[in-house]
Amino acid sequence: MPADRLVPIRDGAVTFRVLSAGRGAPLVYFHSFHERGGWSDFLERLAARHTVYAPQHPGAAGSTGVETLDDLLDLTLAYDELLEALGIEGAALVGHFFGAMVAAEVAAVFPHRARGLVLVSPLGLWRDDAPVADVVILPHDDLMSVLWADPGSEAARRWSTLPENDAENVAAQIESVQRRAAMAKFVWPIPDKGIRKRLHRITAPTLILWGDADRVNPLPYADEWQRRIKGAALSVLGGGHMVIHEAPDAAASAVEEFLR
Amino acid sequence: MKICFFHLMPYRFLPEDFEARYRSVWVDVPHSLYDPEKASGLYHEYLDELEYAEQAGFDGLCVNEHHNNAYGLMPSPNLMAATLTRRTSRAAIVVLGNSLAAYNPPLRVAEEFAMLDLLSRGRLVAGFPVGTSMDMNFGYGINPATLRERYYEAHDLVMQAWTRPDVFSFNGKYTQIRYANIWPQPVQKPHPPVWIPGGGSVETWEWTAQLDYVYCYLSYFGYKRGKATMDGFWDVVGRLGVEDNPYRAGFLQLVCVADTDAEAERLYAEHVHYFYQKCLHVWEGFAEAPGYRSLKTMQAGIRPQVGAEARKIRQSLDWGKYVDAGYVIAGSPQTVRQQLTECIRSLRVGHLMVLLQIGSMPKDLTLHNTALFAREVLPHVRDLWPGYKDRWWPSHAG
Repeated sequence: MPADRLVPIRDGAVTFRVLSAGRGAPLVYFHSFHERGGWSDFLERLAARHTVYAPQHPGAAGSTGVETLDDLLDLTLAYDELLEALGIEGAALVGHFFGAMVAAEVAAVFPHRARGLVLVSPLGLWRDDAPVADVVILPHDDLMSVLWADPGSEAARRWSTLPENDAENVAAQIESVQRRAAMAKFVWPIPDKGIRKRLHRITAPTLILWGDADRVNPLPYADEWQRRIKGAALSVLGGGHMVIHEAPDAAASAVEEFLR
Repeated sequence: MKICFFHLMPYRFLPEDFEARYRSVWVDVPHSLYDPEKASGLYHEYLDELEYAEQAGFDGLCVNEHHNNAYGLMPSPNLMAATLTRRTSRAAIVVLGNSLAAYNPPLRVAEEFAMLDLLSRGRLVAGFPVGTSMDMNFGYGINPATLRERYYEAHDLVMQAWTRPDVFSFNGKYTQIRYANIWPQPVQKPHPPVWIPGGGSVETWEWTAQLDYVYCYLSYFGYKRGKATMDGFWDVVGRLGVEDNPYRAGFLQLVCVADTDAEAERLYAEHVHYFYQKCLHVWEGFAEAPGYRSLKTMQAGIRPQVGAEARKIRQSLDWGKYVDAGYVIAGSPQTVRQQLTECIRSLRVGHLMVLLQIGSMPKDLTLHNTALFAREVLPHVRDLWPGYKDRWWPSHAG
């Protein structure tokens, strides 16, 4: 079980719930809209060689204060302050989709914070010819076939199972809405918030990681990200948008290999 | 009682199989389904109906704002209200209303409402809805996380623009105006009456009661289901210790009047069905963007009027159920009088809004419904709240 603690910044206006486990150089993981629970097999594997920190996005899963964060810059500053509070000078920054966008922002605005950068299917660019799927609003049933390469897989089924107990079921649904709402605040209604103008500031070695069957964030974006971050490597794995949960071994190995 | 004639101005010509072929009547409903020639005729038909309602004896005429949809063709209710000011002379012009967060700067609302107040010679009711998620978050791209904050700030700016005696500066989070100074100013003092249409969000009850505005519940599921929402509002009124004047509240009810109960079904059933099955056919994903409703409202268990759950209920409906559940009050004058009285009493509303043009209802039938209502029903419910003063009625409306 990872350690679980609350880390306030700004006199408590924002409080991060931070899960952490493992030994080794620090690695900070930024989660996305559709990750429940905050910890995963993927992170468990990374914790074998890193001290993994998984802060929960403000407004989601026990972190608070999203209403005090005005925009993406404010959120980026909050993460810088969180790293300061955790005593982390620099770390490997790893993120998925929305979380990858936040990781990239932190690496662009505070280049010294990123010792390495791994972006799994990052959000933040927009192409009219390949719009990103509107997964923030997709109803649960429609979501399955978009998020997962194989909606019938064990990982997908585990993810889609909600508690049977009425009260817990309602609580889980409210938690899902809250989590998506807290992140959507920074990317509504189109996720292009100008990161393309900041990507040249990134100095950390960068790996772009993608699932070959990603139906949320189509593959043309992988090339786009690689082209825009100087020297970035691209690795395409077998899997869908949720590749880090569909193929946690392969994904964690790719990350470890790159960061080594 | 004040009784108002409410118009949604729906598109009446959706194809028979619309709800089977298209996922939503709102947001991404293809405008290839829309025929401008027909819609041009619709505006005149609907304005005729509103004008007729004044002649028939209604106290007010209501218009409202919606975007990207076939449910109501009024992106700008102010245009409709402006034409009504020239063709009517007595009825209140109830604009219900302008979705404040959609206007940049929101001073535009202060200006246009002031113009309407002057054009109508003091007959305007100023309505300030937050707006549906479909309209605001999807149609207009406004961030659901900040929609309400934006709305409250815009409200403050508009009210200051109407009531502060001098030029002022407004340093808001969303709007900054160095020299706020609208010309013209409304004729009603200190400002036109303010009505807040709400869908049942907990915060709105308290805010509305505290600021001494009218709370309007625009429900499509009738007075029986609307009772929980209105009770919620009256509980807040009680808790705050303000006067429990029925004129503090408004309610929208669908009504169909005919010579007999059987005749009502024969005349109106298909149009009511069109309204529930087509006009409210909103895809679940658009029903409310994440963040549109507050945590408090979600926890209170208040459900949206459209979306998956509402759809399941709607799809099982037929005339008998619309009527039994009170979604529509329909039947002979006797039946309608009796149920409407129950509606007004049980919800404690002083401002009743009735929807008499429903779904695909054509003009001749709408006028028939309107005439019957005005003659056979309206006089019988008019005196239901003796002893209360309507402090929220325009100063120059009849």
